[in-house]
Amino acid sequence: MNATMEKPRVRLVMNEKDMDALPNKEIVYKTSELNLWYGENHALKNIDLDIYENEVTAIIGPSGCGKSTYIKTLNRMIELVPSVKTSGKIEYRGRNIFDKSYEVEELRTRVGMVFQKPNPFPKSIYENVAYGPKIHGIKDKKVLNQIVEESLKGAAIWDEVKDRLHENAFGLSGGQQQRLCIARCLAIEPDVILMDEPTSALDPISTLKVEELVQKLKKEFSIIIVTHNMQQAARISDKTAFFLNGEVIEFTNTDKIFSNPADKRTEDYITGRFG
Amino acid sequence: MALQKTTNSFSVQELIQKKKEKKSSNLQVERIIPFLLLVTAIVSVLTTLGIVLTLFAETITFFTKVPIQEFLTAQKWYPFSETQGSFGILPLVAGTLKVSIIAAFVAVPIGLASAIFLSEYASDRTRRIIKPILEVLAGIPTIVYGFFALTFVTPLLREMIPSLEIFNALSPGIVIGIMITPMIASLSEDAMSSVPNSMREGALALGSTKFEVAIKVVLPAAISGIIASIVLAISRAIGETMIVAVAGGSTPNLSWDVTSSIQTMTAYIVQVSQGDAGYGTTIYYSIYAVGFTLFLFTLGMNLLAQFISRRFREEY
Repeated sequence: MNATMEKPRVRLVMNEKDMDALPNKEIVYKTSELNLWYGENHALKNIDLDIYENEVTAIIGPSGCGKSTYIKTLNRMIELVPSVKTSGKIEYRGRNIFDKSYEVEELRTRVGMVFQKPNPFPKSIYENVAYGPKIHGIKDKKVLNQIVEESLKGAAIWDEVKDRLHENAFGLSGGQQQRLCIARCLAIEPDVILMDEPTSALDPISTLKVEELVQKLKKEFSIIIVTHNMQQAARISDKTAFFLNGEVIEFTNTDKIFSNPADKRTEDYITGRFG
Repeated sequence: MALQKTTNSFSVQELIQKKKEKKSSNLQVERIIPFLLLVTAIVSVLTTLGIVLTLFAETITFFTKVPIQEFLTAQKWYPFSETQGSFGILPLVAGTLKVSIIAAFVAVPIGLASAIFLSEYASDRTRRIIKPILEVLAGIPTIVYGFFALTFVTPLLREMIPSLEIFNALSPGIVIGIMITPMIASLSEDAMSSVPNSMREGALALGSTKFEVAIKVVLPAAISGIIASIVLAISRAIGETMIVAVAGGSTPNLSWDVTSSIQTMTAYIVQVSQGDAGYGTTIYYSIYAVGFTLFLFTLGMNLLAQFISRRFREEY
């Protein structure tokens, strides 16, 4: 085991052939030598990942491999866990998010997040979507109405809720709640959307709807999605990163990782030999 | 994983069988216990019912001596005057309301602010230290608060407001506020802490500051519990006796002036109970009428609290 640990670290970037498929895409997130500890537990080890804009990047791996930890580090939600320590750099659009001068609220206004379980606020559907714009100072009723409508349309739930915008969001089904949470996230027009296993609590039909939505949204947003479900990663993502024990084992085009993985461990995982 | 017989030298099933023989007497107890528990429950309900009925019966007797219109509308409460006695409850109600409103003005902001601090900002350690202290504050005997009002708060206030009388509504109002603050803080904190973290995360992920999360997400989500805690605390303020009896004075008056001596419903009952109002006199029955009014007030507040916590419960 130690022999493999000590091999010279290679930056996991696209090789030349893959790169020219995306000529003018910019890097949204550049992670360099990221390490993260929960107390004594070394949860992320020397992560290097470049995430490009207007793509869906899937993060797969067995439970406890650090994939959720990683995505929560991207908008610094991980800091809600008191014992967390980090080292290394994550540059979002060229700026290190761990800089003292980087306000976490500013980062999270640019980077939205959808959670594992739908977590609407106990407010009306309208208020859920309008919450983000409101706290950022948008008060004009007409503007808000438009934002709410556009966001709900963007999240493909408008037709289902347009007649009951002022009813409590908890009256919606789980799948609808999750799309409402996506709408809530779209309402502040983020640049990146982080999705932490967004369909794991949903039934297959709702899952399909969310997947279709992700496909549609990637035209305008960069999406990073953590998923337990390898078929889902294969269906919806452009690139896939395989995490194992806090390390990135392989990161490349989704087509390639599922058809011709470079690492034996990746192959074992996606063929279902473990995890 | 085939199930294997244990290698113990004894069989657990046999042991259970042996114990079972002793258990048969326990079965009898098992049958009697629910009955005993029911009886104790009935006793406490009947006692309450009995008190309310006595209160009600004596109140009716009072109204045979004093017309109910006078009780409800007369502007003066002069029960001790032989010639021109007047039994208008309003001055006593005014005294109670003044004190309770002042108490609410003190307790609601401080209690809510502490609840927000404890639930949203304090570390686990801090919360574990502060919460029990709050609950100890709630256990201080009210007579102590009464003397605190009379001998500490009133002189302090008199330095700021020279026209303040020794007995007044302001000082006991403030001290009752201090007394019910821990109740609001503790109950509201419970309500806010039970708001799931996923909601806070949802709001934080949209770029909210901690304070925005507290005010715009957690507070509204916990509002039913918070309002219920406030209503319950005010209902305690209405029923509070010792503080107002010691520091409020015994001059019923129907005005909004908080600097002069007052008398609350509770303080009147104390005054009469200590004095030598003979059995069967109008004054004797008057304490039942006042007590019944007080009972209606606190009952109303408690029902209101229940109604609010049901009506405004936000499902999550």
